[in-house]
Amino acid sequence: MYIVIVGGGSVGYYLARALLGEGHEVLVMDKDPLKCERFKDELGSVCIRGDGCEVTTLAEVGTSRAEVFIATTDQDEDNLVACQVAKYKFEVPRTIARLNNPKNAHIFTKLGVDCTISVIDLILRHIEEEIPAHPLVHLATVEEEKAEIVEVEVGEGTRAAGKKVKDLSIPPDTTLALLIRYGEKPQTLKADTVLQANDRIIAVTSVDSEQALRDEFAGS
Amino acid sequence: MKVIIMGCGRVGAQLAAMLEAEEHKITVLDIDANSFRRLPHNFEGTALVGDGTDADTLKKAGIEEADAFVAVTQGDNRNVMAAQIAKVIYKVPRVVCRIYDPLRKDVYETVGLEAISPTTVFAQLLREKLMSL
Repeated sequence: MYIVIVGGGSVGYYLARALLGEGHEVLVMDKDPLKCERFKDELGSVCIRGDGCEVTTLAEVGTSRAEVFIATTDQDEDNLVACQVAKYKFEVPRTIARLNNPKNAHIFTKLGVDCTISVIDLILRHIEEEIPAHPLVHLATVEEEKAEIVEVEVGEGTRAAGKKVKDLSIPPDTTLALLIRYGEKPQTLKADTVLQANDRIIAVTSVDSEQALRDEFAGS
Repeated sequence: MKVIIMGCGRVGAQLAAMLEAEEHKITVLDIDANSFRRLPHNFEGTALVGDGTDADTLKKAGIEEADAFVAVTQGDNRNVMAAQIAKVIYKVPRVVCRIYDPLRKDVYETVGLEAISPTTVFAQLLREKLMSL
């Protein structure tokens, strides 16, 4: 598979190395001649000096036959434009952008980038999953709906413990979907289900309502 | 008309002055507060320090109520990104941006973004001047 990578920083470098190792045809583009030199010394002639947002440069490297196009620079605007030019001008079927500002995920998706990856988000997610005291864990995002699926835990001695579902104050855009209780089968929540400490609940909510939900289950 | 101008260089500042003289309400955005020295001393609009490719900054600048958005920073890609956020995400009715690179300008024009390439415009002007001598 032919893969074009824009940006020869550490992300671009190790990505290229891994993809070459898997037997793919890889081409890296960077404006910095020093970075290109490093590629040449260590990986052979896989790096071309040039601006990955420029139509002529992209045409030179045969972007139109690329199956995947990945923009890995540390500037979000450059990654966006590189991916859009690859998509609109060269009809690359799959464009992937590295996000430096995780808030840009929604914007990039709306502007036609097929896939976005934010290192910040990945690390945050890991921290949430690793630290059990965290009362709210992100499970999945539904980009188009701006909704997300989360897991919340009823803390011991919190105001939610011992309460019926109908007596909780849950934000209007939030649905409590599933109750997971130790030693029982997962069940749907009813209005008069009484919550216990250490119950885990799978809920559909929005970014804006997250804090209210967290407060309801962790606050005392 | 409420107009947001991103980039307070010579062009941005002059445009702000011209539009304000025509009674429009202007907000100028720039990442460098020092750039605002280019605005006329009697400028009555808002000058805001911030990055126009950041959705939160745009909100602060009043993008949700803006009638027009102009992106004229030194960076083509910054202009393109901010202009698309204004047009696609915030549905600003009138959006124009500057793209120095003529080929990049063509790509974005085909997908419906209104853009001006000073490179092409100026080269044409020069040619006309030379030919009319």
